[in-house]
Amino acid sequence: MLRVLKKLNRRDLCFIAICFGLVVVQVWLDLTMPDYTQRLTASVSAGTLEMAQVLKNGGQMLLCALGSMAASVVCGFFAAQVAANLARTLRRDLFDRITDFADPEIGFFTTPSLITRTTNDVVQMQMLIAIGLQVLIKAPILAVWAISKISATSVEWTTAVLICVVLMVTVIGVLVGLVYPRFKKIQKLTDRLNDVTRENLSGVRVVRAFHAEDYQEKKFERVNEEITRTHLFTSRTMGIMMPVMSTCMSGLTLAIYWIGAYLINDAADLPARAALVGDMTAFTQYALQVVAAFIMLVAIFIVLPRTMVSAKRIQEVLDTQPSISYPEAPVRTQSAGEVEFRDVSFRYGDDGEDCLRNIRFTVRPGQTFAIIGATGTGKSTLVNLIPRFYDVTGGAVLVDGVDVRDYPKEQLEKKVSIALQKAILFQGDIASNVTYGSKEPRGDDDPRLHTALDIAHADFVSQLPEGIHAPVAQGGTNLSGGQKQRLSIARAVYKQAEIVIFDDTFSALDYRTDMLVRRSLRENLQGVTVILVAQRIGTIKNADQILVLHEGQIAGLGRHEELLKTCPIYKEIALSQLREEEL
Amino acid sequence: MPPHGRRTAAPGEKADFGALKKIVVYCKRYLPAILAALVFAVGSSVATIIGPEKIADLMTAITSGLFSGIDLSAVKAICISLVILYGLSAILGYGQQFITATVTQNTARRLRRDIDQKLNRLPLRFFDRSTKGDILSRVTNDVDVISQTLSTSAANLISSVTLFFGVIWKMFRANALLAWLTVVTSLLGFAAMTVILRLSQKYFVRKQADLGIMNGQIEEVYTNHKIVRAFGAKNAEKTAFDAVNCRLYDSNWKSQFLSGMMPPIMGFVGNLSYVLIFVVGTALILRGSAAVNLGTLVSFVIYARLFSQPLSTLAQAMTSLQQASAASKRVFDLLEEEEMTAETVTASLPDNVRGEVCFDHVRFGYTPEKTIIRDFSAHLSAGQKVAIVGPTGAGKTTMVNLLMRFYEVDGGDITIDGISARSLSRAEVRGLFDMILQDTWLFDGTIRENLVYNKQGVTQAQLDQAVEAVGLKHFISTLPKGYDTVISDALNLSEGQKQQLTIARAMIKNSPLLILDEATSSVDTRTELVIQRAMDRLTEGKTSFVIAHRLSTIRNADVILVMRDGDIVEQGSHDALMAQDGFYAQLYNSQFASA
Repeated sequence: MLRVLKKLNRRDLCFIAICFGLVVVQVWLDLTMPDYTQRLTASVSAGTLEMAQVLKNGGQMLLCALGSMAASVVCGFFAAQVAANLARTLRRDLFDRITDFADPEIGFFTTPSLITRTTNDVVQMQMLIAIGLQVLIKAPILAVWAISKISATSVEWTTAVLICVVLMVTVIGVLVGLVYPRFKKIQKLTDRLNDVTRENLSGVRVVRAFHAEDYQEKKFERVNEEITRTHLFTSRTMGIMMPVMSTCMSGLTLAIYWIGAYLINDAADLPARAALVGDMTAFTQYALQVVAAFIMLVAIFIVLPRTMVSAKRIQEVLDTQPSISYPEAPVRTQSAGEVEFRDVSFRYGDDGEDCLRNIRFTVRPGQTFAIIGATGTGKSTLVNLIPRFYDVTGGAVLVDGVDVRDYPKEQLEKKVSIALQKAILFQGDIASNVTYGSKEPRGDDDPRLHTALDIAHADFVSQLPEGIHAPVAQGGTNLSGGQKQRLSIARAVYKQAEIVIFDDTFSALDYRTDMLVRRSLRENLQGVTVILVAQRIGTIKNADQILVLHEGQIAGLGRHEELLKTCPIYKEIALSQLREEEL
Repeated sequence: MPPHGRRTAAPGEKADFGALKKIVVYCKRYLPAILAALVFAVGSSVATIIGPEKIADLMTAITSGLFSGIDLSAVKAICISLVILYGLSAILGYGQQFITATVTQNTARRLRRDIDQKLNRLPLRFFDRSTKGDILSRVTNDVDVISQTLSTSAANLISSVTLFFGVIWKMFRANALLAWLTVVTSLLGFAAMTVILRLSQKYFVRKQADLGIMNGQIEEVYTNHKIVRAFGAKNAEKTAFDAVNCRLYDSNWKSQFLSGMMPPIMGFVGNLSYVLIFVVGTALILRGSAAVNLGTLVSFVIYARLFSQPLSTLAQAMTSLQQASAASKRVFDLLEEEEMTAETVTASLPDNVRGEVCFDHVRFGYTPEKTIIRDFSAHLSAGQKVAIVGPTGAGKTTMVNLLMRFYEVDGGDITIDGISARSLSRAEVRGLFDMILQDTWLFDGTIRENLVYNKQGVTQAQLDQAVEAVGLKHFISTLPKGYDTVISDALNLSEGQKQQLTIARAMIKNSPLLILDEATSSVDTRTELVIQRAMDRLTEGKTSFVIAHRLSTIRNADVILVMRDGDIVEQGSHDALMAQDGFYAQLYNSQFASA
């Protein structure tokens, strides 16, 4: 928590100091006011009151009240500034750090959690700072000052106030202690409720096919029942809080008067008695201020644990160093588009087995290189090593004769382009998606854009009324799977990189489109190295080299005809898709 | 706030509070409890109102005895009555809290259950057009908002109204001038608060909107970080993020600052009326007014505080009630969605269904304007393997939707063993099919629970047999808890294993008809071989419908239906269709064509 607060800059600290000063002024004014009441009441009781005094004291009180309000509002202004600024800084740092994360870090935190950390957790921090700056400073000052001011007046009255405070703190402590663990449980149960409902929604066809509506309903009811029970307990328990608070406040006033009656009765003469009546009214005001200060403090302590968790979650992200870093110095390369794997091995995490072993091959510039194999044999992992989504565990990946780990970020980016199995689109329009990441924005008739769309056979774009400016919804939900995939191919082509990787990009296309796209790629990407991962033999048949991957190792490397003869695994895959005579 | 609130909000406002009415009607069954809570609330407030009067009596008793000595027994009597009064108020207050908590939580529970059951009665059409996140948020967030505001606002509203009128009545009875002073200053403060509320509302709305935009952006960037990295778009994304972040900073501090002004202003109003009461009160005493003494002053100070309290509660309740009505509108919109048409069951199935399926001039469209299947007829004998092929978007999955009666045909009929599917109950029709889809669906539970799923009286032998048939016997025996292993992400099942489990589940269900919708397209061809073997076992003796874009899997089908743009353009066996050299042949050959 404190480490997160270190993000506060000098301006913020200055503001906090101002807030502190303002709070002191405010407390002083708040506590001066009852002094005037005391004088007035005493004078009334003694019968020595004059109109001039009434107006004078009234005016002074009003000035105090105005001053207190002004101090409070100005303090609120600075507190809001500090809190919002801290939130902005935290969000910026989080975003900056997270966008540098590679797969292992993202996988460790999970994306939804990173999103909540960037938004909700920061909001939590901000709320605490904004309120805390006023209350956390004010409450203790107010409580101590008020108590010190009244404790001299009467031991009996002071005891009454102390008893009341102790009683309140105990009650609140017990209630929060009882309820707090349940609050955590409610959070978990809400997740469960979400899970069950999500399960129902995603499986709606299966549930209905099995006529299992009742089965699912029972499952839902069990969670519903438990969450209701927990909610009932917490809200019934917390319901005690309000009546206890108001009874404490009224009870304290009553106690002060009751005790006062005896004190006044025992006083020696009339002036002393009159003075005591003044003291009594003033004391009541002070006492209520003390109680109010404690209630404020308690409110803070109820939200504090949650905020501390948030602070910890934020700090965790900021403390995590990205596992992949880039050198600054540019490297000099000879050829354009050569990829070499030199005895590469790779494993996820520190323990577990290698999922790639002894991978060694070279792709010459302009070649088409295909990788085929069963799911889970490491095809995607292998190509992910080229743009450094991961780093090798052993050996080296070289692009144009230089280890990819020696490239500065931008230089490697320029050389390698990729399209993934799952087409990823961003909210925006078609043009912004195809030119994604391009530094220089281009006009409507950017020839590169149209060429890229043509190569990817994204002819549907020209049929859209808005053409290349047709909107793309988040996740591309307004486009069909095939359309999305074609745009993602266009994006990979648009970049004009030396090496283009298609990581199982074609499986989502039907055979005809698959063939058409491949044909235009071959015609248009002359001299560009193409690396493609595929499941269909038809997609890769004509590649210059085919790598057959089996359980993380190379099971065969060569052309289609050679592999049919030399590689039994390749033949098996081929036969499962085609008949003997079609090979 | 109410008058302003109603004017500022656009036409939607009226409907908004209408949604609250529905909540009230929905709670009707708790009427006795709600009435009891009302009585308790009023009782508790009355006790609070009488309090200051007694305090005034106490003060008078003390001050009048300044010269002669205080009548301590009178003081004691007043004090004891006050103790009883406060005690009573506390008990009644808690009673009211208890009842409202019980009522609202039970209502929330009923809402959740009703939504869940409602989902089971909605047609598939609904699920295909709504997003999961939206429905989920209705079950959890919206119901939470309703229950929270109901339990706090509704209860506070009742006691606040009682308090409000009670205090006015008491004050005017004690002293009209002082009463006017209190009411006018409080109303002034209230007006100031309304202005601020409206000002800050603007920034709160902006803040929520900015947060939404930011959420969307970071979700995209975090989820797709690979593409962001590969295309070097970090700086562009960061610029966009910074822009939103700065806007959010702006709306953030403004809303925070404005809403933070409320307590000091209310505090000032409280102090103002306090000072005015004292100044005017003492002036009255000086002039020798009989109606005012020190006791009156003390009681008025308390009244002033009691009076401003319900006002701010009302203001807060109004804003939260607006939220609640927005939430309940969403909940009731869902609860009032059009359900599936009522069933008219006029026929029942024979004990032994052969599995002869007939499409008779079927016409269908997802929307009335756009017919997808125009006029489809086909006769499929029992035990045949029927393959449906065609390019993406040709309407293959639509056939499944119609067979399973997830959607109802617009015209024509589908018969099973000569009986119209429409004359049977949906449950009965669905019971006839085993269905394996591309997206495997396993739920949170043990392997056994997932396999048996809703079928009664499944023996261990049946389980073993099915698991062996799909080739998972060895895998399950290696698990420490065997069949009772809970399926979770930690178990790390591969896509192929998940599909094998769903096939085993279908085998256990053992229905006479079978649908395989792209069942193997998410697994590689080698795993597919294993699964294919399992599926061949499954299809034995059953009429099966196979949808696949991998044409190799359907070569041996008895009938191949070739779909294009919603119509069946060709039908026949593989060899016949190849000989025909039409659309199918073109599709089939494209997979070998060299690029």
